[in-house]
Amino acid sequence: MTLVNQATQPVLDIRGLTVRLPARADRENAIEGVSFSVLPHEILCVVGESGSGKSVTAHSVMGLLPPKQLTATAGQVLLQGDDLLKKTPDEMRALRGARMSMIFQEPMTALNPLMSIGDQIEEILKIHTDMNARERMARVVEVMDAVKMPEPERLIHSYPHQLSGGQRQRVMIAGALALEPVLLIADEPTTALDVTTQSQILKLIKDIQRTHGTAVLFITHDFGVVAEIADRVVVMQHGLVVEQGEAKSVLTNPQHPYTQMLISSVPSMTPPMRPATAEAPVVLETQELCKTYSDRSLFRATRETRAAHNVDLTVRRGETLGVVGESGSGKSTLARCIVRLINPTSGQIQIDGHDIAGLSESRLRENRRLVQIIFQDPYRSLNPRRTVGASIIEGPMNFGVDKAEALTRARDLMKLVDLDPGSLDRFPHQFSGGQRQRICIARALAMKPEVLIADEAVSALDVSVQAQVLELLDDVRKRFNLAILFITHDLRVAAQVCDRIAVMYKGEIVEHGIAAEVFGAPGHEYTQALFDAAPGRDFEFGNFAAA
Amino acid sequence: MSAITERTGLGFRSRMTNLRRSLLAQHPTMVIGGSMLIVMTACAIFAPWLFTGDPITFNPIDRLKSPGDTFWFGTDMFGRDIYSRTIYGTRISLVIGLSAAVLSVAFGLVIGLAAGYVRILDAILMRVMDGLMAIPGILLAIALVSLSGASLLTVTIAITIPEIPRVVRLVRAIVLSVREEPYVEAAVAAGTRLPLILIRHILPNTIPPLIVQATYVCASAMLTEALLGFLGVGTPPEIPSWGNIMAEGRTYFQLAPWIIFFPGAALALTVLAVNVLGDGLRDTLDPRIAKKM
Repeated sequence: MTLVNQATQPVLDIRGLTVRLPARADRENAIEGVSFSVLPHEILCVVGESGSGKSVTAHSVMGLLPPKQLTATAGQVLLQGDDLLKKTPDEMRALRGARMSMIFQEPMTALNPLMSIGDQIEEILKIHTDMNARERMARVVEVMDAVKMPEPERLIHSYPHQLSGGQRQRVMIAGALALEPVLLIADEPTTALDVTTQSQILKLIKDIQRTHGTAVLFITHDFGVVAEIADRVVVMQHGLVVEQGEAKSVLTNPQHPYTQMLISSVPSMTPPMRPATAEAPVVLETQELCKTYSDRSLFRATRETRAAHNVDLTVRRGETLGVVGESGSGKSTLARCIVRLINPTSGQIQIDGHDIAGLSESRLRENRRLVQIIFQDPYRSLNPRRTVGASIIEGPMNFGVDKAEALTRARDLMKLVDLDPGSLDRFPHQFSGGQRQRICIARALAMKPEVLIADEAVSALDVSVQAQVLELLDDVRKRFNLAILFITHDLRVAAQVCDRIAVMYKGEIVEHGIAAEVFGAPGHEYTQALFDAAPGRDFEFGNFAAA
Repeated sequence: MSAITERTGLGFRSRMTNLRRSLLAQHPTMVIGGSMLIVMTACAIFAPWLFTGDPITFNPIDRLKSPGDTFWFGTDMFGRDIYSRTIYGTRISLVIGLSAAVLSVAFGLVIGLAAGYVRILDAILMRVMDGLMAIPGILLAIALVSLSGASLLTVTIAITIPEIPRVVRLVRAIVLSVREEPYVEAAVAAGTRLPLILIRHILPNTIPPLIVQATYVCASAMLTEALLGFLGVGTPPEIPSWGNIMAEGRTYFQLAPWIIFFPGAALALTVLAVNVLGDGLRDTLDPRIAKKM
């Protein structure tokens, strides 16, 4: 820390940067009067929710703003004293990669699928240096080694699709570091990755920053990540910097109300005490539920993928069972089987004691009402061509409720989910993401279900909106005595809303128990690894709501 | 993404004014194509009142007159007025173009929805469509016409059938992507029956691309009709169509080029108008494709 505080010249100094939005946007400027600096040897995190202007800031530093749509109208961006806003496109091109470089959220789309990864890194050296082929190859292997890729000599010949998400992000970092830039900009580099991979990448970025002395501008929406790696923090809201300072002081003693609200919204990793629900009747029970995808082909052996295998779980009335796991663990397959959007291969799904696993579509229909689902993506969950009212009353009207009655109920439900009952005749695009998710909850409740399945229902939402939707879910659970199956990859969210937790790994439930016990003393080694990987796990985010 | 959709949240009326304004400013070709088609349609409907004479009766005294004051487009070898025949021919071209477009879209839509949503039907239907696509369209049309005799109906059917597979493929592709949308799955979970899911949630997504496809079918149907007429297997000779006017004028081409020129020009203009309108519609209805072009 003392080393950081030494007043050296900042690597990047942004002074009063203002970027104008196109004429018809919801506000005049994407960012306004943004000023902060990144010192050598430090990781500066820029945090904010979607639309706060954090990515616009990063892109203006790199000179990657979409031409004609976004233009910097005021301020300076000084990279080691040079004003980047005054550079010509050619000069910027020479700077990018050499003195500053950037890594992106989605490593698959940022890499060229038709070029081997070795060639892609070599290309950077070819453009910016006059090394010969042998020197370039040696350097490629060297940087691949620096980002801890196993067997770099062999892997340089592989193509992006042959690597895992984490490895691809390592390749991106290797490419970014090939020319030893003074500044590395990381735009949500771990958001698309699983939590265990994320922790490895964060560790890598931290190591590199330490060994190479690269200054890092790290953009994220996740306060866990901030607690994990940041030296200093800049908090942005609506295009303005509202607070900046040492990471520790901002996280423990935020001054601005927005920062306080954001940090208070971060769910704690410690589950709260919850009343036991062991006596309530079981509403949903699966027994040895399996879903196997088989890929049949005439000319080769059938390939089988076990997406879910022998899943046994029970959910009681008024209880929330959390299913946690990483991508590909089979959580969503499980949810879709229970709603019977896909047909399970074998096993039983008991709803109120009736097995629905093998029912034909026509017999199944009368049971459809009992299980409802809320999806992850609020933008695709509602038919864009139908009013939200029509979407909400569709289900009840399928089961013979008349239109007037269904509409009255829809109005009550809109009130319940804190939306204006008068807006039933509006279309989905007139609502924000959080509001749409509320509408989806209202639509599910309109069916008077016994079981509600939330499939990553808050994962696409900003942290402050997420907290509100979680509160709403908990409220409807109590009010209607619902059984909720809560599927998430986010351990913090799971800790807060779940009574019991089931951990899924490679299609199987590896651990199952009361939330407080699973979080307190994870039994299975995978659960342990998962919990250890959660960013900022040792950091208890305070509640500043009252402040 | 949310910002973009939110910005388009306007009332219906202001959206329509915007549409009109953007039409003129951004798609002048679409306005031109549309107006040309309106003129053509008016010609077809009001043919008897557009200073036309009898397009069918022979009039040997006036044979092979060159264009002039009496006969604006000249006359053919039987003394019939080319202007009247061309104007009346508009009816055949437009009727066949329009009915081929409507019929192929209607059949293609039903088959495409079935193939896209019902797994078992998919393989069977698509193989049949592959089979249809493998037969050259003109050949199929000639075979059908020679089997059942030339009439407006058989020509329309003959032209429609080869167009159906293309529509089916388009609809099926859209259905396959839309059926995975969470809002469709939510409707399934809410117990909505299959026909309603198709009509409410899936069908509306297919309409914009189908309108565009229909214009292309229309243009190609008019060309095929003319071609069939030219080959002598199109509409019967007593009904003047651009195709058979040109076919009859073929032997007199060096002597009386106007017999072929005027119906040919009318055909080219109409097809151009329809295609230009189709391109314009595609740009407005599906801006994503337009940007990629």
